[in-house]
Amino acid sequence: MKKLILAFTLSVAALLSATAFAAGPSIPLDKANNDLSDKESLKNGFKTYLNYCLGCHQLQYQRYNRTFSDLGIDEADGIANYMYTGEKAGDHITNNMSKKDAASWFGSTPPDLTLEARLRSPDWIYTYLRSFYIDESRPFGVNNTVFKDVGMPHVLQGLQGISIKDEDGKLSPAMGGSLTAEEYDVVVRDLTNFLEYVGEPNKLERKAIGYWVLVFLFFFFILTYFLKKEFWKDVH
Amino acid sequence: MSNVPVNNGRRRFLTAATAVVGGAGVVGAAVPFIASWNPSARAKAAGAPVEVNVGKMQPGQLIRAEWRGKPVYIVRRSDKTLEELPKHDNRLRDPSSEEPQQPDYAANPYRSIKPEYLVALGVCTHLGCAPTHHNGDFGEFVEGVPNGFFCPCHGSTYDMAGRVFQNVPAPLNLMVPEHSFVNDNTILIGVGQGEA
Amino acid sequence: MLMKLFTDFMGWVDQRLPVTDAWNKHVAQYPAPKNFNIWYVFGILASVVLVNQILTGIWLTMNYEPSGAGAFASVEYIMRDVDFGWLLRYMHSTGASAFFVVIYLHMMRGLMYGSYQKPRELLWIFGMLIFLVLMAEAFMGYLLPWGNMSYWGAQVIISLFGAVPIIGDDLTLWIRGDYVISGATLNRFFALHVVALPLVIVILVFLHILALHEVGSNNPDGVNIKKPKGSVKPEDLSKFTFHKQYSGKYDIVDAVPFHPYYTVKDLMAIVGFLFLFCWVMFFAPEGGGYFMEAPNFTPANGLKTPEHIAPVWYFGPFYTILRVVPDKLLGAVAMFGAIVMLFLLPWFDRGTVKSVRFRSKWHLANLIQFAICFIILGILGTMPATPIANLIGVIASFGYFGFFIALWFYSKNENTKPVPERVSY
Repeated sequence: MKKLILAFTLSVAALLSATAFAAGPSIPLDKANNDLSDKESLKNGFKTYLNYCLGCHQLQYQRYNRTFSDLGIDEADGIANYMYTGEKAGDHITNNMSKKDAASWFGSTPPDLTLEARLRSPDWIYTYLRSFYIDESRPFGVNNTVFKDVGMPHVLQGLQGISIKDEDGKLSPAMGGSLTAEEYDVVVRDLTNFLEYVGEPNKLERKAIGYWVLVFLFFFFILTYFLKKEFWKDVH
Repeated sequence: MSNVPVNNGRRRFLTAATAVVGGAGVVGAAVPFIASWNPSARAKAAGAPVEVNVGKMQPGQLIRAEWRGKPVYIVRRSDKTLEELPKHDNRLRDPSSEEPQQPDYAANPYRSIKPEYLVALGVCTHLGCAPTHHNGDFGEFVEGVPNGFFCPCHGSTYDMAGRVFQNVPAPLNLMVPEHSFVNDNTILIGVGQGEA
Repeated sequence: MLMKLFTDFMGWVDQRLPVTDAWNKHVAQYPAPKNFNIWYVFGILASVVLVNQILTGIWLTMNYEPSGAGAFASVEYIMRDVDFGWLLRYMHSTGASAFFVVIYLHMMRGLMYGSYQKPRELLWIFGMLIFLVLMAEAFMGYLLPWGNMSYWGAQVIISLFGAVPIIGDDLTLWIRGDYVISGATLNRFFALHVVALPLVIVILVFLHILALHEVGSNNPDGVNIKKPKGSVKPEDLSKFTFHKQYSGKYDIVDAVPFHPYYTVKDLMAIVGFLFLFCWVMFFAPEGGGYFMEAPNFTPANGLKTPEHIAPVWYFGPFYTILRVVPDKLLGAVAMFGAIVMLFLLPWFDRGTVKSVRFRSKWHLANLIQFAICFIILGILGTMPATPIANLIGVIASFGYFGFFIALWFYSKNENTKPVPERVSY
């Protein structure tokens, strides 16, 4: 019997590792290394989002006031400095772009980004925003290495500048922006951080509750173990 | 015969401890189920406090606001109306606002924060119809009182402080919701005076 | 005083409905073999998950909106706006995967110890029916979030019915209630998922347990603990009291009453299971993309197929069998055939020795290769189809079906070890 279980476990382990090896994304992504508990980073990301992204991409499932309280922004301050759209603090973070116009400008409607970090992963967003390069064949003159034939312009070009792609597919800067490469990475990391937060606003709360639940269950398990042992003393 | 031959203290203790800890676990597990019945963020956003600008109101004018799906009447009462209020106290059910139909800060003869501005839910305390405001022609419902509210459904009558008259079906004065003045010209409905 | 009140009340009830008798018959005086090992906890764990699914499911319907326009947004509403809505949803989504984990292990237990053999064929059939309905339940539930993977997964599975000769196209149209998967499909799936199928599952579980208690529990040795009346020496009889339903007909050996011995043991198993369950639910609710697939975080779009459509992991084995057959109709036949084989297992096995412990080396090897093939098929089902994957899939499919065929041949005159009179403990 023990042999059966052992054989079983070994073969499963072998197979799973083989699969893990076979899988993996086609383009290596850079690690975002963002920190959801860093509220300053989240606030910066929120600002960047409002300034550069919200014009086209809504966060239609996320409310302003929820964002304020989660990011530690005072509601009055939030209404004054962070509410670019909407009327009430409880409104969703939306824009007024008409879907029809958008489709004719970009070829398709710019997607809602509330769940983008869950759809594509934070690392993907982080890499994507740093992977635009000049491609005159595209309508906006730019293309992207992680999102082939992307339909949007490089909105952060003023900050980053723009790269060119050489024959090996490597990017190198062709024109600088207002930020150094390191500064730009921080901006993008903060934005990525914010999008990961928006994807699942209760992620930190979830984990915090999780620790307590596991601690409780661990001690409860020990208790039930002794209870079981005590009763099974009767059985010979 | 019992199927538990040994019933020593250790066994009783472990059983009790497991029951208590398990019970605590069940209570903990019940929290999300119970908490999810609270008003959601959507309901709270829809029921958020409402700001009303009263700066341009003329004496005697009534404006309607909507708060938590209910009509709120805001009336700017003229000095004359305010003077008339105490004159018909003997014909009211609850002239001195003893029933808890208003926040403490509005439990005064005018049922308001500033005597000038009445803020009350436009919901008749009888069966929930919306009373109509009669400015000057209220005497046909209550003799000798020129202004007031009349409920068209069952004929209940209220004076300009939302106080209900005797001998009508409505049992209570009109409800005064929590409200406060953000500044001289702005009323915030839903947040009490001194809370924000 | 309180105790007397309770006794009086139970007396009153028992005269009208034999509650105490039923409790004794099925719990407090039910003879369970004392040598159950860890493989015997998955039945109770499945019940725990079932209760979790029903409760969280009821609570989710309180805020879910079954319509093409509103479904996706209502799920995000639950995740964000409803207090603890995210937890209820993760309990339900993690529960769905946990259900299949424990059910597959429960079935493996049955295979290892011959729990499907005579006289437990009907018990096995009820179990298989539960499994079948559970798959339908899970499939329909997966459409409800109305994400893009929900949509395309349903598209693929419903298209299977198009393989039925002659009426295929009309059948798929009828199932969808529209020319594409639409709100109409969503609404009927919702009705079946939240009302009809759970009802069927609960009834089947009830019958499964009744059938179990009628024939009695098997055990890792496959040795019967109920001996003919009068055949056992008094000192060998179990020292516990059992319900006369059992002790009146048989001499019972090596058994303990289900309560308190297995209630406390199962409680320990449940808490241990909940620990693992909560670990996944609180720290990896997406299950690495296997419990909640990434493309499902974008709303259903009938014009945009996800790059790689994979069914949820628990359908993987059957999906691979479907995929490796290069013919639509035959593929569907093979897939349903794989499930039919399981139904017929009690009749494929012509042996009389139940437990793998006393069966031939051939049986052990066959069982191991079956388990491995099943896992390989499952893994392949979640991966893109490549020629290599297809080849492995074909081999594993042969392994899957081969298990049943080989069993039928060798089990007739199997070289088994002597089965002891009594269980080992």
